[in-house]
This record gives sequence, structure tokens and C-alpha cells, in this order.
Amino acid sequence: MTAAATALVAATTETGQASLGGNGEEVLFWVIAPLAVIAALGLVFARKAVHAALCMAWVMISLGIVYFAQQAPFLGAVQVFVYTGAVMMLFLFVLMLVGVDSSDSLVETIKGQRWFALVFGVGLAALVIAVIRGVTYPKAVGLKDVDTGGNITRLAGLIFGKYVWAFEVTSALLVTAALGAMILAHRERLTPKPTQRELSIRRIREGAIKAPLPAPGVFARHNAVDTPALLPDGSPSELSVSRVLVARGQRRDLRSVADDVAVIEAELTDPLGDEGPRTARAGSPGAVPADTTQRPDAGAAPEGTPTGKGAGT
Amino acid sequence: MNLVWWLYLSVLLFTIGGITVLVRRNAIIVFMGVELMLNATNLAFVTFARINGDVEGQVIALFVMLVAAAEVVVGLAIIMSIFRTRRSASVDDASLLQY
Repeated sequence: MTAAATALVAATTETGQASLGGNGEEVLFWVIAPLAVIAALGLVFARKAVHAALCMAWVMISLGIVYFAQQAPFLGAVQVFVYTGAVMMLFLFVLMLVGVDSSDSLVETIKGQRWFALVFGVGLAALVIAVIRGVTYPKAVGLKDVDTGGNITRLAGLIFGKYVWAFEVTSALLVTAALGAMILAHRERLTPKPTQRELSIRRIREGAIKAPLPAPGVFARHNAVDTPALLPDGSPSELSVSRVLVARGQRRDLRSVADDVAVIEAELTDPLGDEGPRTARAGSPGAVPADTTQRPDAGAAPEGTPTGKGAGT
Repeated sequence: MNLVWWLYLSVLLFTIGGITVLVRRNAIIVFMGVELMLNATNLAFVTFARINGDVEGQVIALFVMLVAAAEVVVGLAIIMSIFRTRRSASVDDASLLQY
């Protein structure tokens, strides 16, 4: 790792000129900087929070690349690991928990806040850029002379030498933060958690169905999934049809199934089937293939007398 | 290449982060704006470390990253608990102290 880092440093370092870095760095700047700024603007303009998070991840990765080019390979790696890998994933997790669709309201609670924010932003940028332009910088030194033992070795020497106390305090900070997050995210149970035994007793008491739900189409005239099952007493069972079909409105109408029950009963009492409800049904308009779900006659029609159908109405 | 250009990029990113904090309503996106500002300052630190030929800027940037990680953990936990009590991640809805 150290060898690779030194190689990288050597690759990106030139001798201490006023302007460090070669043409490669300039190309990198003009490729990375616009992309990073556009992605950062996505943070302001993205309607969906997930898109903003992805834009943010993009900015962080490009900054990691910039750190590599800026003779900070350790920081570049940490940037990608810690920021893009850990922090942004944490953001995405919380986004998923809080609700992806929690988009912003476009109502301004403070009048003209956006314009003030824009003016503030442009003003701040202009001010700081003016300051940066006004400063005379010493000749850029570069880290070539400092990083003789490698960037990571040098950083470690500083962190565990000069800044070791700050480093120790940081560990305390991290432990405190983890503890605080656990306490904030902790939810106290108000009631004891029901055991499996209690759950089963409650289920029996409530009288819900213990057996598997009836399959659709059982004992009915049709065996399609949209047909409710007929219970032994002839009544259609609501539970037998999938909830999805009910929500889509694709369930066969219960009334039509009740008609089928009448037909079945008539057939049972009159096995020859020459008279009875069938003639009455033959008078109804012919089956239209498009709305078979609405019209139960469609399925039963071929069984009826074809001549009666044709001469109907 | 003049290294000051990186500073300009840092200023731009910082400004965009600030505007995000001011404009957006979603608490999580506001938080990401804060993160963007921290990243921009890190870029400035790294650039200055290179200009001055001293790694201390990188050490400071590393500490900024550490503190930012701790801050993200606590901040997101706060956002979560606010969301749990008021079913909203909007910064406008947490206004009990206003009255």
C-alpha cells in the first residue's frame, strides 16, 4: 500500500513550481470540476431525495479522485470508503426508513426565501472568490519533499505524534456518538411482547379461519381464479378470491355467481334442462366476449340452447 | 496548473451546499447539504496542504471526516426520532419551540 501510494505521489508530483501538476491535472480539473458542480446542483434541484443522495455520492467520489490527484492518496481512499461507502449508505438507509416518497413541498413558508438564498449564495461565492483572488500565494511547494517516506507514513507520524491527543478525543467522540444514536433510536416497549402461545390463543378466540383459505372456483360453475368458491350451502366465499384481483376490480361479481347457483339448483331439480331459468336467460342479449367477467352468461352460453340464443329478443 | 482553481471549486461546492441547506425542506437533503459543505472545506484543506507543502492540512481534513461521521450518525438518529413522532421529515414541521 505504501509503495503504491509513493508511486502515486510520484506520478502526480512535479518539482516545486509556482503551479504544480502537469497538463494531466488540468485536464482532470476541467473534467471533474464541472461534473462535481453539476452533481452538487442536483442536490439543490432534485425533486426526489434518492436522486439527491446519488448526486451527493457522485460528488464524494469525484472529490476522492481529486484527493488522489492532490497528493493525498490516503485521504482519497478514506473519502471513498468512509463517505461514499459508509455515510452515503447510512443516508440511503434512513431515506428508505423515512420514506422514499417524502419529497419536498414547494410551498415557501417564508416569502421569497429562495431568492434570498440565491442572492446569499452568489454573494458568498463572489466574496470568497474575490478574497482568494486577492491573496498572493507563495510558490506552491507540493508534498514531494515531505512525503519522502510515503504519504501514509507521514500522516501516521503526525496523527500518532503531534495530534495523538486529538486522536484519542476523537475516539471518545465516536463512542459517544454511537451511544447517543442508540439512545435516540431506541424505542421503549409499552406492553410486554406477546409470546407465541398467547398469539395462538388469541387467534383461536377471535374465531378467524385456522385452516387454509378456500381455493377459488371450488364447487362453482367456472374454475377461473376470479370466481369465488361456493361454500357447501351454496353461498359464495369472499375469502377464496385473491385480494389483488379484488383490488383491481377483476373479481367476478358475487351476484352473477348467485345466478349460477340458481342455474345449478334448477339443473338439479330439472336434469333434462328443457325448461326453467335457462329459457329466461336465453332471452338476455347474446354474450359479448369482451366483458366476460361482468357477464356470467358468457361462460354458460354454449351450454344453453343455441337456437334459443340466436332467436333471442 | 494553478492550484487556486481547486480552491474555486471548493468555494463553489461550499456555496451550493449552503444554498441546499437554506432552500430544501427535507431534513435529510438539508443534512446532505451540510455534508457537502464539509467536503468542500476538506478540499480546501487538502489544496492548502499542497500549496504550503505540509501534510497537516490533510490531518485536519481527516479529523473533519471523523467528526462528520459522528455528526451524521447522531443527526440521522435525530431525524429518525422526529420522523417517528410526527410522521414527517420536513424541517418546517418541527416547530414546537416556535410558540
